Amino acid sequence: MDWTAIWLSIRLASATTLVLLALGIPLAYWIVFSPRRWKFLVEAVVALPLVLPPTVLGFYVLVAIGPLSPVGRAYARLAGHGLPFTFEGLLIASVLYSMPFAVQPFAAEFASVDRRLLEASWSLGVSRLETFRRIVIPLSVRGLVTGIILSFAHTLGEFGVVLMVGGNLPGVTRTVSISIYDAVQSLDYAAASRTSLLLLIVSFLILASTYSLQRSIWLRPRH
Amino acid sequence: MAETASLTAGGAALRVAVAQRFAGGFAIDARLDVDLRPGSMLVLFGPSGAGKTTILRQIAGLQRPDAGVIRFDGDLWCDIEQGVWSPPQSRRIGLVFQEPTLFPHLTVRQNIVYGVRTTHRVRPRSDLGSSDTGKPSDKVRPRSDPDLTVAGIAKVLGIEDLENRYPRALSGGEGQRVALARALAPDPRLLLLDEPFASLDGPARVRLRREVRALLQTTGTPAILVTHDRTEALALGDTVAVVIGGCVRQVGPVSDVFSHPADAAIAASLGIEAVLPAQVAGSSGGMIHVAVGEVRLQVAEREAFAIGAAVYACVRAEDVTLETLSSGHASTRNHLAARVISIASEGPIDRVTLDCGFALDALITRQSRDELHLTPGADVIAAIKATSIHLVPRL
Repeated sequence: MDWTAIWLSIRLASATTLVLLALGIPLAYWIVFSPRRWKFLVEAVVALPLVLPPTVLGFYVLVAIGPLSPVGRAYARLAGHGLPFTFEGLLIASVLYSMPFAVQPFAAEFASVDRRLLEASWSLGVSRLETFRRIVIPLSVRGLVTGIILSFAHTLGEFGVVLMVGGNLPGVTRTVSISIYDAVQSLDYAAASRTSLLLLIVSFLILASTYSLQRSIWLRPRH
Repeated sequence: MAETASLTAGGAALRVAVAQRFAGGFAIDARLDVDLRPGSMLVLFGPSGAGKTTILRQIAGLQRPDAGVIRFDGDLWCDIEQGVWSPPQSRRIGLVFQEPTLFPHLTVRQNIVYGVRTTHRVRPRSDLGSSDTGKPSDKVRPRSDPDLTVAGIAKVLGIEDLENRYPRALSGGEGQRVALARALAPDPRLLLLDEPFASLDGPARVRLRREVRALLQTTGTPAILVTHDRTEALALGDTVAVVIGGCVRQVGPVSDVFSHPADAAIAASLGIEAVLPAQVAGSSGGMIHVAVGEVRLQVAEREAFAIGAAVYACVRAEDVTLETLSSGHASTRNHLAARVISIASEGPIDRVTLDCGFALDALITRQSRDELHLTPGADVIAAIKATSIHLVPRL
């Protein structure tokens, strides 16, 4: 089994999930609570990876971070090397690719918090940000957990975007799904089947635990 | 548009003059100028959909009017023309909704103390990005009872034993008590109650009303209550503002407004009834005796009333019958010597206004009027059955 690829995928999925947690919570908050009319445009952009072929997304990311773009040039000046075919470049692509899997559950859960609870909190002198921290976040644990798990699982299984942006460098950008593809290409069906089975089991366990968690998390004992 | 003069000194003046249009065509155009004495209750009374809750939410800072000014106790809370808007956080109000609306992930105790620590420190920003003139007020009004801490409030409301429960394990009445304790714990300058008893069943509602009244008088917090329940308005209100179609139509002391509605629309929403301030004088043979000034009335009420309790005796004009002095005895318990003040024709029915120690209206047919030879100044007997008088306790 290609343990290097598995370890790389886990690192990539973890990093992507952390970044999405940091970016997704404020973004979801803005989508839910902003009074702006045009916020539907932002929602549409966030949801794009759900319908776009990964190759299309990967292509644009590749162009955007490549040496011809200002972003790519600025990064190259600072870091001494370009973004394409690096772990960082892959991370950027993964974050964009898994964005809806984090932001949508976050936003759905924030929106389901009874607005009168927020008004009650404000009337008690608690600021909007504090209210978000003390009321909205604790009441959105399910949605946050769901978003985290889905982003992790989704990143673990991504293929097309990685191929476009990352290429196939062992230990740097060669993830599990690429490794399976390689194995099949070289007719090593035994290796492909072992890794595929592992991915299947891990994915199933992750989803099963998500659903069980959702059922039980707020069932506190009655007094 | 009745204006009330400031009733007494020492209260907090509330001035509201707001306008707001809604997509459906409904519009609020409300003016209100009242003095809220410590512990007193202003009732916003009116039919459902009249705009009472909207006015309350504007006072709370949760809804912004299109135009207008809101002032309370020397602070400018809202002046749309000047771009002044203080967010709810800086108004130091307490708010209780129709449902308990407790934070479900916090225990009863955590709910009650939720606003206590931050109230005087947080400097929130305005949600709409306008100039934030709402500075947290430094005017801390001392409680009339300095020992009344959070624990004290919990004790008055009888919820000390619930401290470690979660809201889901509370009954409706308990939940509303906790919501009330939570609103009062940071010592607000003004308590806003949006039909807080509406979701409770009868006995729980009566009990909680009484406790709210007692609590506000202990803390000295003035309150505004939104309700469409006239019994509630009578029981709790000191001043009532009648809201119809988005406008405040009449403001004044409760018994004045209920007994003397300014026009027919107000009368229709209040229910046409004389509302007489009275005191329970005693009871005998299942009858309650109440004193309305010098006059005694006998009332058949299922509920028990303590002697000395302040009540409103409500009498509908159609339940008052008139007799001449020579009439014999009937089953009617109350026979009051009265003088006819005026007679007004309302179609085939005449409204006879009487002075029987207090003002009272009677509705009679024109035929009866002729038979009784009624003219202004005539002496008659006003008869009211004991079962037709309804008592509302004043809390």
